[in-house]
Amino acid sequence: MFESLTSKLGEVFDRLRRRGALSEADVTEALRAVRVALLEADVALPVVKDFIDAVRTKAVGQEVLRSVTPGQMVVKIVHDHLVQVLGSTAAAIDLKTSPPAPVLMVGLQGSGKTTTTAKLARRLKQRERKKVLMASLDVARPAAQHQLAVLGEQSEVATLPIVPGEPPLAIARRAMTTARLEGYDVVMLDTAGRLHIDDALMAEVTAVRDAVNPVETLLVADAMTGQDAVNVAKAFAGRVGISGIVLTRVDGDARGGAALSMRAVTGQPIKLIGTGEKLDALEDFHPDRIAGRILGMGDVVGLVEKAAETIEREEAEKLAAKMQAGTFDLDDMANQLRQLRKMGGLGGVMGMLPGIGKLKQQMAGANIDDKVIRQQEAIISSMTKKERRNVNLLNASRRKRIAAGSGTSVQLVNRLIKQYQDMSRMMKQVQKLGKSGLMRAGLKGLFGGGGGPGFGGPGFGGPGFGGGQR
Amino acid sequence: MSDTAPARTGWLARLKAGLAKTTAKLSDGIAQVFVRRRLDARAIEELEEALIAADLGPATAQRLAGGLARLKFDRDVTVDEVRTALAEDVAAILTPVARPLVPDPARKPHVILVVGVNGSGKTTTIGKLAHHFRVGGAKVLLAAGDTFRAAAAEQLKIWGERSGAHVVAREPGADAAALAFDALEQARRDGADVLLIDTAGRLHNKSDLMAELAKLVRVIRKLDATAPHDCLLVLDATIGQNAHQQVETFRELVQVTGLVVTKLDGTAKGGVLVALADRFKLPVHAIGVGETIDDLKPFDAHSFARSLMGLDR
Repeated sequence: MFESLTSKLGEVFDRLRRRGALSEADVTEALRAVRVALLEADVALPVVKDFIDAVRTKAVGQEVLRSVTPGQMVVKIVHDHLVQVLGSTAAAIDLKTSPPAPVLMVGLQGSGKTTTTAKLARRLKQRERKKVLMASLDVARPAAQHQLAVLGEQSEVATLPIVPGEPPLAIARRAMTTARLEGYDVVMLDTAGRLHIDDALMAEVTAVRDAVNPVETLLVADAMTGQDAVNVAKAFAGRVGISGIVLTRVDGDARGGAALSMRAVTGQPIKLIGTGEKLDALEDFHPDRIAGRILGMGDVVGLVEKAAETIEREEAEKLAAKMQAGTFDLDDMANQLRQLRKMGGLGGVMGMLPGIGKLKQQMAGANIDDKVIRQQEAIISSMTKKERRNVNLLNASRRKRIAAGSGTSVQLVNRLIKQYQDMSRMMKQVQKLGKSGLMRAGLKGLFGGGGGPGFGGPGFGGPGFGGGQR
Repeated sequence: MSDTAPARTGWLARLKAGLAKTTAKLSDGIAQVFVRRRLDARAIEELEEALIAADLGPATAQRLAGGLARLKFDRDVTVDEVRTALAEDVAAILTPVARPLVPDPARKPHVILVVGVNGSGKTTTIGKLAHHFRVGGAKVLLAAGDTFRAAAAEQLKIWGERSGAHVVAREPGADAAALAFDALEQARRDGADVLLIDTAGRLHNKSDLMAELAKLVRVIRKLDATAPHDCLLVLDATIGQNAHQQVETFRELVQVTGLVVTKLDGTAKGGVLVALADRFKLPVHAIGVGETIDDLKPFDAHSFARSLMGLDR
């Protein structure tokens, strides 16, 4: 559904085929594609309009650099402006006040306030060595207070004891008093989800704000939010006043246009993003990555970081040593398969790559999915230790046994062995790179750079995953 | 989901009040475009934008505005004409999908699996559905299949108390598939009419979590090969175009049979529903319009369309 903006712009400019400065007509046509891309990414219409106008002024008359196409040029201008609007530097959580510093979390129902509260508390505790107290003011949703208490246990952050029937304002006051008496640095106040048009509840949260005078009031919003993001952000900023935005579920595949909308209408920075269900899945906001995503250009930086995280250093070093010694065996291959799966499987990896939309569809069409990775793991698991170390042992009867053991077929076993052989052949080529070059080459290979030791060459295109099931 | 007459006006009034603000915005948008003017290219574009602002998505907006253009291009039109015409077009798309969820009394139990991304409102919807079925005289069992989120089972238990339905729950971190299996066994033993299975929220692009859900379906099919008889995907009305990917993936992996749209009492109107209905033709069983137990209403294509366009009934 979402083609990459670059390829769309490519089509526009293919027709023009002209170099030199960008004319107004070129830009207008290109910006039409940009407009649709932004709208499909859920950027709110008024924000899109302002954005397009600003980019138009910047783009008209720009010299197209020698080495790029006009399409790429426009994308660059759009991207740069998007990064600029999203905020060029990361904004930190500001706790500069005499402790305890109150932090108020607000947002719609189901935006992820409670989980984010616990994640942020954990982060402040671990990274900044703060003594944090959490309190849930959510008396509306059943068991909401209990949920925060459980999360507090999991993250080893203190929570205010629950007093049944206590109204939100009283809980907030009690939290502040407790924090003062017990010497806490930060008090995180998780509020009930509320609609921004619910006057009574908005008045309630305003009363809490006035009572505790928070240093940070964070609006928690779902990255999947549509055009309504502007209404929500405007209402919360207007009535409660916010000092920052936390964008949740950024680990989904929504393009996250809401980030731009909310940033544009409130003028407040996006401070953090939620990237998973686990309590450590809270990250700093990097405008350039979201910019790429909104434009459908993929999150290359995110991909590389994720890869670096997943492929543990030790494992990588072990692999390096093996490669140097030329002893990369099937166990190592199984390891690589596991790591690929950890990164969210092929779909997860592909989703982050730029311009891969079409390829991804083709892959889906060709029935190549994570099942193949699992199958291959199963095949390797069905081998004996000896066989894994020495692939030459695998004669026909052993292959039959392995096929039966893994619930696959001899053809699939053969294909895996072929893939392994391709990989180890390439390993030998890579040996020249030495240890220092390994990580880089490894990643490049893994992500289709070709020539590396990973799944690049033989993977997506060749006899590896590409060969898949049929 | 048949409501009594007074309740019906109640929810309509409520829905309208809830929708009032953005509906006002959208219809103001349309009103600004057409006080009475010629339906020219510029007007069509502005109309398209008003639809986009309601989350219908660029493609659907273009198609609807284009359809209107074909009929009335270059004629003088009034706001009401434009609204009515668009509302009719939207209603035509939505009418085939407006189908209530009716459990088959012969099944005992009729198994309903409820899935969706985190925070979409699954547990609350189950609570309301349980109440609705209970009011209809059915014996209802709830399975607290969200064993991941802290206190999710407690939340469902409270809904169980409110609706008078039994809840099968396990300790946090338990295997959801095993729990569903046990719940189905118990539902059979107890002669329950409906079994509602809650699941942990999951993003559709997490392959391992989606596989877990597929496993749950496989496991309950060992007891009843026809289960689940319904699989509801719960969508938050504030969602934008990502709803397309959600429906696509959930439908593919767990054979979603219908949708419930929640949080329609806000300013978001769930306009993406129009595009979804057009593309997937999945029934929309109910809409959530508030936090109390009665706030689940049947989906009425006509009034939804007219509300969307700022028209009164």
